[in-house]
Formats: sequence, structure tokens, C-alpha cells
Amino acid sequence: MLIRRASDLTENDVTPEPIYRRRREFMTGLGAAGLLAACSAPEEAAAAPLKAAASRYSTNEAKTPFKDVTTYNNFYEFGVDKDDPARNAGRLKTRPWTVKVDGHCARPGTYNLEDVLKGHALQERIYRLRCVEGWSMVIPWIGIPLADILRRYQPTAKARYVAFETLHRPSEMPGQRRAVLQWPYREGLRLDEALHPLTLMAVGLYGQTLLNQNGAPLRLVVPWKYGFKSIKSVVRISFTDTQPRTAWQVSAPQEYGFYSNVNPAVDHPRWSQASERRIGEFLRRKTLMFNGYDSVAPLYRGMDLKKFY
Amino acid sequence: MASRSRDTLVYAVVWLACFAPISWLAWRLFSGELGANPIEALIRQLGVWGLRFILISLAITPLARILRRPRLIRFRRTVGLFAFAYVLLHWTSYIGLDQIFDWAAIGKDILKRPFITIGMTAFVLLIPLAVTSTNAAIRRLGPVRWRRLHRLIYLIAPLGVLHYYMLVKADHRPPLIYATVLALLLGWRVWDRAGRALRKTESRAPA
Repeated sequence: MLIRRASDLTENDVTPEPIYRRRREFMTGLGAAGLLAACSAPEEAAAAPLKAAASRYSTNEAKTPFKDVTTYNNFYEFGVDKDDPARNAGRLKTRPWTVKVDGHCARPGTYNLEDVLKGHALQERIYRLRCVEGWSMVIPWIGIPLADILRRYQPTAKARYVAFETLHRPSEMPGQRRAVLQWPYREGLRLDEALHPLTLMAVGLYGQTLLNQNGAPLRLVVPWKYGFKSIKSVVRISFTDTQPRTAWQVSAPQEYGFYSNVNPAVDHPRWSQASERRIGEFLRRKTLMFNGYDSVAPLYRGMDLKKFY
Repeated sequence: MASRSRDTLVYAVVWLACFAPISWLAWRLFSGELGANPIEALIRQLGVWGLRFILISLAITPLARILRRPRLIRFRRTVGLFAFAYVLLHWTSYIGLDQIFDWAAIGKDILKRPFITIGMTAFVLLIPLAVTSTNAAIRRLGPVRWRRLHRLIYLIAPLGVLHYYMLVKADHRPPLIYATVLALLLGWRVWDRAGRALRKTESRAPA
């Protein structure tokens, strides 16, 4: 008998929770018109299982339950309450999906999502996520190092920053019908931050493709920065020579800076950032510098992080 | 006799209505329906209900006058005390559940975070109103001083709305709705006073 060692197993070898939860639904559906509905259902409605290799960048901390990861979201395109995205994101159509790549690069263009991902191997990265609001999660993302994606478009010497944009489609993103933020949502990174090996472009979590409320079909994950930097449902990537403006910076410049590195020593003007509540835990934890990802510290050597918050 | 039992019934309905939000919250809390971050949801909901009860208590006098039902006034104390109870629970959960009695952090919050400073001020100002809500206290203070003291609510309510407005990240519509309701309730009082003063001078004018 072949006994696999536990360390060979990743989250992806396990049937994803929502799928096994649907066993009964599936079986009962088989008998009736459910089968027909299942076949004709739009692809984006159901998450598809994904295979990914384990990564040495993963934490071994306890993962936040799938239910919490997919029902407690900040995604203002679908409403400002935490449960709004899970409720309102169902209408978003993520196929077909294109990503416009422009700015200072040798290969600009509008690419189908399939072409953006083609040839890249998926990795699983279990990362801590720290929200600027003072809560945190541990999420098993699946994705591709952003550096690998960006290099294919061959940024030129002029490229110093990377700007990102979220889809703007009010008919499917009801939160965009009000100007709570300036749409489309924008984010940005310095090029060296974008190329850092920890920076991930995610297409899935918990062993399956992203649900809409988590930023399907393509989202950024920058684990040492506050969650809002990890822009969701990306449709545009631009290489720029000037620092891009970001949605929250435009909304409240004195509260949200371009860098927004997790930093327990620099408080948000309205609340302390010294501690956080891990979702599912009662006691607060001390917040770690760079969310515990110390390897990024050299990126900011010599910078006053109180000034460049 | 019939009117007394009807009165009891009306009181019971008001009490039940005042208890409804906390029962609903407790139910959702223990059945896990408050979401992934129940502490945050609980604190927010208790605060919002405290504010709502403050506004309801401020709506009673205008309603009693406009509907010509002076007996509505008797519910002001009940509603006001429930407002205090909700705010007290809001405050207690911030201290005990959110900060877990980390007094150093709480002290810093009060000094450094204007929205906490304002919320704390509003809470402290509510205490004397709750304490002087008994018949004995009203008698001891005398109606004039009692009424003067209880005008503090005209300061507390705007502080409460401001506290809410300042903690919101981007969508200011909900606190602005509360601000509008409060402005209407306070505006009515100004308008009513002005009207009464005018009638007084008119009646004094020579025929």
C-alpha cells in the first residue's frame, strides 16, 4: 500500500469544502431538471477545482474557514457591508475576461485571461491577510507570482510603477452605481514591490477558482500590505513612470497612503494599528511589522515609513 | 379600570418593542449569524440602536404635539432609558470584547481618536440623565433644574451622530440619514419655540 506522507499533501488534494457540501444537492439535482440546469449554468457561477504546487512561502498557521473567507469581504463594488459581496456578486460575468496591458512595456495589448495565465504554473500560497480595519485572516491562495506575469510584457527601463484597475461595470456591480469611491477602483505598486517574489496574482483559493466576492477571476495579493492594496477583478495593468493614484488615497489622502504597508507603529488616524483580531479568535493579536513578512524590509531601506505610510 | 388595563397593555407593547433589537441581536450572535467578525458586528449594532432610541426619544414630544396626544410623553422615560441601556452595552462591549480591558489602549484611544473622544463624551453625559430618571430624583431636583439638566440630550444626540459619521470609512449615507432626522427633530423645536414666542407677543399687543 502506498502511504503518502502528509507533507506531500496540499490543500488541493482535498475536495474543496463547497464542492463536498454540495454532494447531496448534486445527487438530488441529477434526478430532475437539475441536471439540465447544471449543464447550462454559466461557467462563472460554479468554482472549478484547481491544482497547484505547494510553496515555501506559505505559513503553517491555521487557515480561516472557507465560509468566513467567502462571506466576510470588503469589495465596495458590490456594497459597503461585509456580507454584501457574497450576496450581490452573483451577477458578475467573468467570462470572457480580458486584461489590458499598457504603458512602458514592449508588449502592450489586450489579452484574454487564458493568454495571461497560459504557460504559468499555479502555486498555492497560504498567506496572512491584514485588513486596515484591524482584522486578519489566513488564506490559501492559488496563483502565479506577479513577476512572472509582468516579465512576459517586458517592462522598459522607464517603467517604475505598476498601476492596476478593477472592472467598471455598474450593471453587474451594483455598488458602482453610487460614488462611494472613485470608480474604477485603482491600485498601484512600485515596480520592485510588484516583482517581489511574495507578490501574487491569484486566480483561486481553497483549491478552487476564485468566487466573485473574492475578486474573480484575477486579483492581486500583496501580503505585507493592508488588504485594500490587493486589488480585485483586475482588467488593466499599466507600467508607469509616475506614482499612480489609488482609490483610497483619492478618497482620504490623510488616512490611506500609496505604500500602506502593515505597520503596528503607524496608526490609522482614527484607530490604532498595534493589534488585530484574527477572524475566529477572541483575543487580539499583536500586529507584526510588514504583517510578519520581514523579507520585504530591504525594499524600504532608508525610507521614513511614518511619512510614506 | 378598562383604561388601566389598556394602559398596561400599551406599556407591555412598548417594552417588548424596546427589547426586540437586543433579543434579535442575541439570537443572531448565538446562532452564529453575526458573520465572521461577530464582535465588530455586535458593537456596531448596539451603537446604532442606541442612536436610534435617542432619536425616537427626541421624536416623542413633537409627535405628541402634532398628533395632539399628550399622553405619549409618558413613554419618553422608557425609551430614553432603553437608549441608555443600548449605549451602555455598546460601551461595555467596546471595553470588554473589543479591547478586552486593555486600559492603556483604551486611554490612548480616548485621547488620540476624536471619534472615540466624542463617543465617550456622549456616553458620560448620558449617565446623569439616566441617574435622574426616577420620580424621586425629579422631585429632588425640582422640575426646572431637572428639565435644564435633561436638555443635555440636545448636545448628546449630535455628538452621537458625529461619532457615527466619523467612524465610517467611505459611505457616509447612513450617518447622514441620522443627521437629517436629528436636524428635523431639533429644527421642529426651534420652530415651535419661535412660534410660541410670537403668539405670546401677539397676545400681549393692545387690541
